[in-house]
Amino acid sequence: MIKYLKFLFVGIIFGIVLVKSEAVSWYRIYEMFKFESFHMYGIIGTAVITGIILLLISKRYKNINGGLMTVPKKDRGFIRYITGGTIFGLGWALSGACPGPMYILIGTGAFSVIIVILAALLGTYIYGLLKDKLPH
Amino acid sequence: MQAILEPWPWYICGPLIAIIMFTLIYFGKTFGMSSNLRTFCTIAGAGKKVKFFDFDWKAQRWNLTVVAGAIIGGFIAHFYLSAPTNIDLNPDTIKTLSSLGFENAGQSLLPAELYSWDTILSFKGLAILIIGGFLVGFGTRYAGGCTSGHAITGLSSLQLPSLIAVIGFFLGGLIMIHLLFPIIFG
Repeated sequence: MIKYLKFLFVGIIFGIVLVKSEAVSWYRIYEMFKFESFHMYGIIGTAVITGIILLLISKRYKNINGGLMTVPKKDRGFIRYITGGTIFGLGWALSGACPGPMYILIGTGAFSVIIVILAALLGTYIYGLLKDKLPH
Repeated sequence: MQAILEPWPWYICGPLIAIIMFTLIYFGKTFGMSSNLRTFCTIAGAGKKVKFFDFDWKAQRWNLTVVAGAIIGGFIAHFYLSAPTNIDLNPDTIKTLSSLGFENAGQSLLPAELYSWDTILSFKGLAILIIGGFLVGFGTRYAGGCTSGHAITGLSSLQLPSLIAVIGFFLGGLIMIHLLFPIIFG
């Protein structure tokens, strides 16, 4: 159990940061796609810049298990990324919740977001069902 | 203390999100929230019927723990670390939303026009949340990641597939907000 505590802690910090950044707000997502605020671009932009630096610096260091610090490589491809990405974007803008915030919002007392989660589970299941028939 | 209770600026939150991603990589894992949706399908027994869900979900317990933590973090931040303030939206955004029927924009995290139980009890309200959630779930698995996996982790590790996916996220978002919203809420 103890080894899971650190993941619980990371999750708690993640939830706090996303609420305090207002990135869990439907309104912030709407405003971002309207290009009417720098806020979300600032969050994602500084996250990526910091991430690039951290990953570059850490290349010569080992992870907690003594292994290499590695990021899983995404498969090559184009169709799945642009099509899947666009479908995701349509849902993200409509519901205002991506797969992290939808859980965090439960904690803020917005229980109706559970409907979005259940529908997302259905969407995931249907993808699994159709996976071999879809172009990737 | 007052600074904690107020909304945190983007230049604090962005780097903190990167540190969260980095911490998970340091722990030998990765930052990807949408994978949990697949894990939940497997736990529910989807692996018996569909091969995509036939994997050892117990290896993903660490990520489910992150989810549990995220819910707790949401609770702590909302009820103990926030003074009641409105979201500081662009006045133009508030005006456009008002014309689409969204009143009191920014006074809560989610609009009552979509997430209140009254709305959900209407056919249209329920349909919007179900379609929105379905597209998120289907799209994220098709694209192999979401905002955390592609936009944060993938871009931070300079992966081209993630850049394509993020362009897709924005393509879809722009189509929804600029072309479909006026039809859905007009």
